[in-house]
Amino acid sequence: MQRRVIFDNKALPYLLLAPQVAVTLIFFIWPAAQALWQSVHLQDAFGLRSQFVGLENFEAVLSDPNYLETVKTTIIFSVSVTVLSLGSALGLAVLADSKIRAASAYKTLLIWPYALAPAVAAVLWMFIFNPDIGILGRALNNLGYAWDYRLNDGQALTMVILAASWKQVSYNFIFFLAGLQAIPRSVLEAASIDGAGAVRRFWTITFPLLSPTTFFLLVVDVVYAFFETFGTIHALTHGGPGKATETLIFRVYQDGVVNHDLGGSSAQSVILMVIVIALTAIQFRFVERKVHYS
Amino acid sequence: MLTRRKLAVSTAAFALAAGFTGAAYAQQKTVVEFWHGLPQPLGGQLEQVVKGFNDSQDKVQVNPTFKGSYPETMQAAIAAFRAGNAPHVVQMFEVGTATMLSAGPAIKPVHQLMSETGSGLDAAAYIPAVRGYYSSKDGKMMALPFNSSTTITFYNKDAFQKAGLDPNKPPATWPEVADAARKLKAAGVTCPMTFSWPTWTQFEQVGALHDKPFASEANGFGGLNATLKINDPFFVKHLQTLIDLQKEGALRYGGRDNAADSLFPSGECAMIQASSGLRGRIVKEAKFNWGAAPLPYWPDAISSPKNSIIGGASFWVMTSPKRTADEYKAVAAFFSYLARPEVDAKWHMDTGYVPVTLQGFELAKKEGFYEKNPGAEVPAEQLTRTATTENTMGLRLGNLPEIRNIIQEEMEKAFQGQQTAQQALDNAVKRGDTVLRNFERANKT
Repeated sequence: MQRRVIFDNKALPYLLLAPQVAVTLIFFIWPAAQALWQSVHLQDAFGLRSQFVGLENFEAVLSDPNYLETVKTTIIFSVSVTVLSLGSALGLAVLADSKIRAASAYKTLLIWPYALAPAVAAVLWMFIFNPDIGILGRALNNLGYAWDYRLNDGQALTMVILAASWKQVSYNFIFFLAGLQAIPRSVLEAASIDGAGAVRRFWTITFPLLSPTTFFLLVVDVVYAFFETFGTIHALTHGGPGKATETLIFRVYQDGVVNHDLGGSSAQSVILMVIVIALTAIQFRFVERKVHYS
Repeated sequence: MLTRRKLAVSTAAFALAAGFTGAAYAQQKTVVEFWHGLPQPLGGQLEQVVKGFNDSQDKVQVNPTFKGSYPETMQAAIAAFRAGNAPHVVQMFEVGTATMLSAGPAIKPVHQLMSETGSGLDAAAYIPAVRGYYSSKDGKMMALPFNSSTTITFYNKDAFQKAGLDPNKPPATWPEVADAARKLKAAGVTCPMTFSWPTWTQFEQVGALHDKPFASEANGFGGLNATLKINDPFFVKHLQTLIDLQKEGALRYGGRDNAADSLFPSGECAMIQASSGLRGRIVKEAKFNWGAAPLPYWPDAISSPKNSIIGGASFWVMTSPKRTADEYKAVAAFFSYLARPEVDAKWHMDTGYVPVTLQGFELAKKEGFYEKNPGAEVPAEQLTRTATTENTMGLRLGNLPEIRNIIQEEMEKAFQGQQTAQQALDNAVKRGDTVLRNFERANKT
């Protein structure tokens, strides 16, 4: 059976499409095209002089050992944030989905952090972990543990990973919870009657049935870790100490906005765009195969 | 928190600006848009200065707008210029000077504005270390100096007392500083000393004080082909001293830019090398006796130290296709007002920035400001104590904010023991020179 909508007026469908096309053109195609143009030019800050330099900007970026270091940091950061936020959100969702007292209060509290702007969340973390003014930071130092993320690569990276993951747990939690509630009780009950324990029920029934949600969140979380953690890093560490917490997106900002190197920054944007397109393609091609949709 | 505050400030500034525009419309005044990068309370004080000008005459209306931090203001001004909508006047931090100078047709040099409008501006009225920073190679003023600061030492007299140090005799040399820091540590002070603006205080100022170049070509004044000179043994030794003190627990690295500022007024650190502009905050927040002293020097490198260089910001005139001669005249009138000694002196006394004109300094002296506020004269005295040399005029390096960051990053790696002082500064020079070469290429006509 096929249902087709017939428009009498030939122009109407285009008219209805126009807003979406306009949004895509203005907010995606245009800036992306500009980035492409900028990435093969060398320009001063005011845009008064620009010259075509071919792929020199890409060459400069890719041969910069600091950039490769940043790629490594980004991978560690993104994998950690994704695993941590997915894992803890799933655990919390399973717990909140069970029959407990005041379940809705827990749910509300768990969803709350999502309403915070990344920079605000980062400031909260600063008040906890700052070695001079943070509650926990001071306590750690008083206990004799030298906590100072301003001068310790590992501590700084751990802190931004925690802060960025915490921010994303709420989002994942909402989706996992919805996914869990969509799993038919009858299937779980049947498994119980057959003698399957809670762990076994989770791995053989809940987890596979959740896989569309998990897959969706995996894509969203990777994109989040790549692009939306800028505010957190900016407010907490500014990419430091050294370059220990500098991710690709942070460097794009740093080079483009602070350092006025539009060519280099655009070249990095283009590289980043390629990486994310590739990642998403891989995810859809390989991970999606293992996903049960119904 | 920062974001919220900024938002509140900019909303307030917007409301204020909107109010002004309304008033201006009624009286047909020439409107001058003025973008600045000073957060509260300084931003409010700056807007008071502007109000003083607006109230002083009835032809020109200056609308001040807060545009975020200095780098954000710079970014906004550049974006506005690209869109053909640049403000008439923009406040630019000192490290953006080279970028503005190479902006060519985007800016109108102040000396040119003043002569074209017949307003006249006496360059000699300005303190040489201030004037030099904002002048072209042939001594012409390119921007109007306004809020200038310099680095000085603030120290906690109570902590000094506790450590058996003379609270009225702050350490004058680096060996004395190291000695005092160790004594403070022995007396149980957890943070004997720190510094904010790491690159500015530990390299730019240290270079100027000892008449050592930060970069070749007279610190970049001579041309775009300058290269960094900070891997010189003198700077390596200085950084090594800082690293050693930090290892001993006698010095704390307080973070990038001005992150360390809060460590002094809170009583955490007993000594800080910071902007003289920190004074206002210390007066308000410190619950202990404190003093101000000139920066220390290395006696084995120089017998008596040179003048320090400035920080802070200046006002630049921007061009736009729509600009009329009347508007430039209005800007010139605004600038003439700002150059008045009484305006300069009041701003200095209210804020902790240094006076930028010699007469302003004299006026503050005459009013007895320094008797009432001991230590407040330290910054201006340190700035004016010697004639400027090519190493103490300031820096004229393209993309200096980026270079400052690079040096901070390499310092942080050295403080963690990931590299030696020599390696840190070699890396900083290598990376910094790449930045300078890119700037040179992008700005060649």
